Amino acid sequence: MARYALLSLLRGMLTLVAVSIAVFSLSRLTGDPRDVLAPENLGAEDEAALTAKWGLDKSLMEQYLSFVGNALQGDFGPSFKYPEETAVSVIAERLPKTLELGLVGVALTLGVGIPLGILAAARRGSWYDRAARGLALFGQSVPEFWLAIMMVWIFAVQLAWLPTSGHTGWQSILMPGIVMALFGVAAMLRLFRSSLLETLGTEYVKLARLKGLSRSRVVWKHALKPGAIGPLTFFGSVAVRLLTGATVVEIVFAWPGVGLLAYEAANARDFPVVQALALMTSAAIVLMNLAVDLTYAWLDPRVRLGQKAAV
Amino acid sequence: MSFRRSTPRLLTARETPSLSGGSEVDALSDAPRSDDPDRPRRKWSRRRRGSRLPWVPLFIIVFVLILPAILAPWLTPHDPLRGELGDRLIPPVWMSGGDSEFLLGTDKQGRDVLTRILYGARISLIVSAVAIVIGTVVGSTLGLLAGFYGGIIDRVVSWLVDTFLSLPVVLLALVIVSAIGPSFITIISIISVTIWAVFARQIRGETLSVRESDYVARARVAGASDLRIIVRHVLPNVANTLVVLATLQVGVVILEESSLSFIGAGIPRPQPSWGVMVADGRELILSAWWLTLFPGLAILLVVLSLNLVGDWLRDFMDPQTRQGR
Repeated sequence: MARYALLSLLRGMLTLVAVSIAVFSLSRLTGDPRDVLAPENLGAEDEAALTAKWGLDKSLMEQYLSFVGNALQGDFGPSFKYPEETAVSVIAERLPKTLELGLVGVALTLGVGIPLGILAAARRGSWYDRAARGLALFGQSVPEFWLAIMMVWIFAVQLAWLPTSGHTGWQSILMPGIVMALFGVAAMLRLFRSSLLETLGTEYVKLARLKGLSRSRVVWKHALKPGAIGPLTFFGSVAVRLLTGATVVEIVFAWPGVGLLAYEAANARDFPVVQALALMTSAAIVLMNLAVDLTYAWLDPRVRLGQKAAV
Repeated sequence: MSFRRSTPRLLTARETPSLSGGSEVDALSDAPRSDDPDRPRRKWSRRRRGSRLPWVPLFIIVFVLILPAILAPWLTPHDPLRGELGDRLIPPVWMSGGDSEFLLGTDKQGRDVLTRILYGARISLIVSAVAIVIGTVVGSTLGLLAGFYGGIIDRVVSWLVDTFLSLPVVLLALVIVSAIGPSFITIISIISVTIWAVFARQIRGETLSVRESDYVARARVAGASDLRIIVRHVLPNVANTLVVLATLQVGVVILEESSLSFIGAGIPRPQPSWGVMVADGRELILSAWWLTLFPGLAILLVVLSLNLVGDWLRDFMDPQTRQGR
C-alpha cells in the first residue's frame, strides 16, 4: 500500500512537471516574452527590470528552474492588470467564491444524481427510468454556456424570479449551481444505474431475495454498497470538473470566482495570473486524482495488499 | 462468448485505478453488462430486441451537421461574414417584422442567422473530424502497444494518459490564446492533445483482455509476428469499441470546441462557429433572443443525436443485447 501510494504520488508530481514545462514554454518559445507578457506601454527602465527579474539573459533551463522555484514559493510575479497585487493574491481573493459554487455543484451532483440513479435501476423500464435516462442524456449533450444564458433569459428576465447574475444572495447561486451540477448529475445517474443493475443480477442479491428480504431492502442494503464503488471513484473526475471547469458558468453569471478571473486575465493579457491559475488548477486535479487512487486502492484489497490484479 | 464482454470492464476498472475507475464508454453506458433472464422486463426487452435504427438522430446529424457542412454555399444566397447594415436585427420570419429572406432572422451586422448556422456546421465538422482522426490514430496505436506489450511501454503510456487527462484544458487554452491569440490551428491542437488519451485508455483496456484470449495464443503458436497479431487479431476485436467511442467523442469535441469558442479561446471572429454565435448573441438576449437560441439549439440537437447514435451502436455491436438475451 505504501509503495502504491508513493508511486501514485510520483506520477502526480511528474504530471505537474509536465504542465509547468508546457506553461513555461508557452511563455518563452512564442517569441520574446517581453512582447507577449509585458503590458504594451512599457518604459525602458521597466523593461530592463523585467529582463533582470525573469533572467532573460540566462539559459532556458536556468529560466525554467527559477520559474519553478518561484512558483513553489507561490511567486508568479505581480499581476499586470492590478499592479499593486501579486498574481497569487488576486487569485486568493477570488478562490472562495469558486469553492462556494463548487460545493453547491458537488452537493447537487451527489444529492440528486445518486438517488435518481438508484431509483432508475430499482424501477428499470418504468416511465421513471425513461425520464431519468432522458435527463442524463440531456445533461451530457447540452452546451452549458447556452443553457446558462437560456436560464437567465427565462427565469431572470421573463419570469423575474431570480437575479440575472453576480453574487448577491442565496438566490444568485441557484442557477449557476444547477447548470454546473447538470453534467455531474447526468454522469452519476448513469453510472449508478448501470452499476446497480449489474449488482442486482449477481447471485448473492438473488439469494437475498430468495431468503425473503424485501425488494427495497435488497436494493439499499445488499446491492448498493458494492455497486457504489465504481461510480464513486469516477466521482473524482466529476468533482475536478466541477471545481475547475467553472469558467464558462462563471462568465455567463458574472460569478466573481477564479473562472471568471481566468477569462478576464486572458483578455487583459495578464499572463502571470493565467499562468498561476493553470498550474494551481493542475495541482488541484493531481491531488484529487491521488485521493481517488488511494481510496480505490484502499477499497480494493488486491491493490492494497500489493498483489497484481487478477486477469 | 461472454468472455470479451465481461472482462474488459473489470480490467479497466481494477488494473488502472489511477484512471479513476470506470472507462469512458462504461461511464456513458446505460446497458448493464450482465442481463438477468429471471427478471420480467417486457417492454424493455422488446424495445431492445428490435434495436431499430435511430432514424431521427441520424436524420438530424445528416441535415444539421453533414449536409450543411458540405453544401453551405449552395444552400443559401447570403454571405456568412458580411451583411447589409440595413438588415440589422430582423426577427425570425414567423414574428412580426420578419422577412422571408431571413428565415431565422439577422444579427447586429445584418448577417443571416440561418446562413451562419449552416456555415458553422462546416467548422464543427472540420474541427471534430481532424481531432477525431488524430485522436483515433495516435490513441489507438499507443493503446494497442501498451495493452499488448505491457511492461515499461504500458507504464509510460498510462502515465502520459493520466497526465494529458488531468490537463486543465480551458485554462491552457486561455494561456495559449493570451500568448499567441486564437486560431483554427490552435483550437484543433488543444482538442487533439486531450482527445487521444481517451482513446488510448479505452483501447488499452480492451487490448489487455483480448491479449489473453485463446485465438491470440494460437496465433502466437502458429508463429505469427507481433505486428500480425496486433493488426489481424487484436485490432478487429477492439474495432467495435473504437467506432462507438469515436461517435460519442464527436459530440464531446463539438461541445468542447463551442465552449472554447464561446470564451474567445477557440475559433476567431468573424468565422461563424456556433459557440461564437451564442457568445455574440448573449449581450442582445433581451432584444434579439434568436441570435442565441438557434445556434445553441443546433449544438444541442447534434450532440444529443450523436450520443443517441453512439448508444445505439454500442448496443448493436454487443452481441448480447443485439440478440435480446
